[in-house]
Amino acid sequence: MSDHIVTAYDLEISAIKTLLAQMGGMAEEQLNNAITALAKRDLVLADLVIARDEKLDVMEREIEEKATLTIAKRQPMALDLREIMVAIRVAADIERIGDLAKNTAKRTHAISEALPRKLATGLSRMGSMAQAQLKNVLDAYGLKDAEKALSVWRSDEELDALYNSIFRELLTYMMEDPRNIGMCTHLLFGAKNLERIGDHTTNIAENIYYLINGKTIAEDRPKKDITSMMTGMEK
Amino acid sequence: MDQKLANSMPRILAHDVNIYYGEKHAIKNLSVEIPDRAVSAFIGPSGCGKSTFLRSINRMNDTIASCRMTGEVLLDGKSIYAPDVDVVQLRSHVGMVFQKPNPFPKSIFENVAYGPRIHGLAKNKTDLEEMVVNSLKKASLFEEVKDRLNASGTGLSGGQQQRLCIARAIAVNPEVILMDEPCSALDPIATARIEELIDELKQNYCIIIVTHSMQQAARVSQRTAFFHLGTLVEYGETNDIFTSPKDKRTQDYITGRFG
Repeated sequence: MSDHIVTAYDLEISAIKTLLAQMGGMAEEQLNNAITALAKRDLVLADLVIARDEKLDVMEREIEEKATLTIAKRQPMALDLREIMVAIRVAADIERIGDLAKNTAKRTHAISEALPRKLATGLSRMGSMAQAQLKNVLDAYGLKDAEKALSVWRSDEELDALYNSIFRELLTYMMEDPRNIGMCTHLLFGAKNLERIGDHTTNIAENIYYLINGKTIAEDRPKKDITSMMTGMEK
Repeated sequence: MDQKLANSMPRILAHDVNIYYGEKHAIKNLSVEIPDRAVSAFIGPSGCGKSTFLRSINRMNDTIASCRMTGEVLLDGKSIYAPDVDVVQLRSHVGMVFQKPNPFPKSIFENVAYGPRIHGLAKNKTDLEEMVVNSLKKASLFEEVKDRLNASGTGLSGGQQQRLCIARAIAVNPEVILMDEPCSALDPIATARIEELIDELKQNYCIIIVTHSMQQAARVSQRTAFFHLGTLVEYGETNDIFTSPKDKRTQDYITGRFG
């Protein structure tokens, strides 16, 4: 896209995009650290994640303010309007991803013993999947790649499926021995956080698609989290 | 877009219109359908032909000696360039409001009464008075001027003068109102009043507005046409044009990128 006649307008939009890119990078780092902290029960790393979350909140507000000011000053149209609206929404999703990473890190404190191997593997797979989803969707945003965004949007299904199986697994542990309930509840929240992160990456993917094409994705969204209907009694 | 707009008969239909000023080819192969009871906005950079085309809809270009036109412009299915068309009658059907308010140097009452009088629309004095009052009311001006209808029209504020010109256009019961940058000489408050008025008038008239303010086009119109170098580049739902235009030239223009 060629430049605006008014250079300051270009600068304003690129400042928003730069800030958003920084925010995305920071969210990735937060998520990676939260997952590592939980897996290794690293309390120092967990506290670092918790402390740094505020930075993401500040960045989100900054993006919001810049975007509001640009709307007021420039009355953006068409692609510019979508660019700014999408930046606001993506920033909000990244901020939520940050919150979920923080919450995952917090759980580290509540887990005092090593996880059963099967669970540890499942959670770590979920972690890497959520990381990959986040990385891919941020790349898609940076590259303005609608196809890549669509593929993130579609692969959320796998994350949901993995969450369902971890949910089942945790139910089994809890039913086996009530002393597991405390730890398993925290792990369940951890897994749910990762699943929610996946949902936010699909939101971002939808916004990227809209940004590029000016219309929303036509397909039905894959939604395979069925745990709200599970009782633990089914075989 | 709402179905009513989509299905209604077009009030104005232009087919393969070409307009020349001497050697200059000002409008190139333009075909368009303008819906009734809606506002259509013409936008585009200066010299793109939007005003030229607007003026062809009530044959204002006839007054320019070097101006030549081919193609068809139909109002309600009837060619407005047919030999039997009375141009004065045509202009009572297709009213026009200009960039600078241009009231006659006469009283407010006479400004509005002029049209009905020359077209013989009023049966008697009471009838004429009623027409004037109704037109001023429709133009949202009556309350402000009802105590001084005999004062001069040129003594009103710019925004009031423009509404007086709209009242004058309405007084002869037109079907179509053409507006050529009607707010460009007005302050934001007067502009808002005119926009509010346009919103009301569209219930009964086919309105076409040429404007340089993209925001104004986005606010007041249901359809927008983008002109560039004498060509109609894109014409569609206003909501689509300003959020996701299809043509790159439209995109470049409305986002302020035109080189």
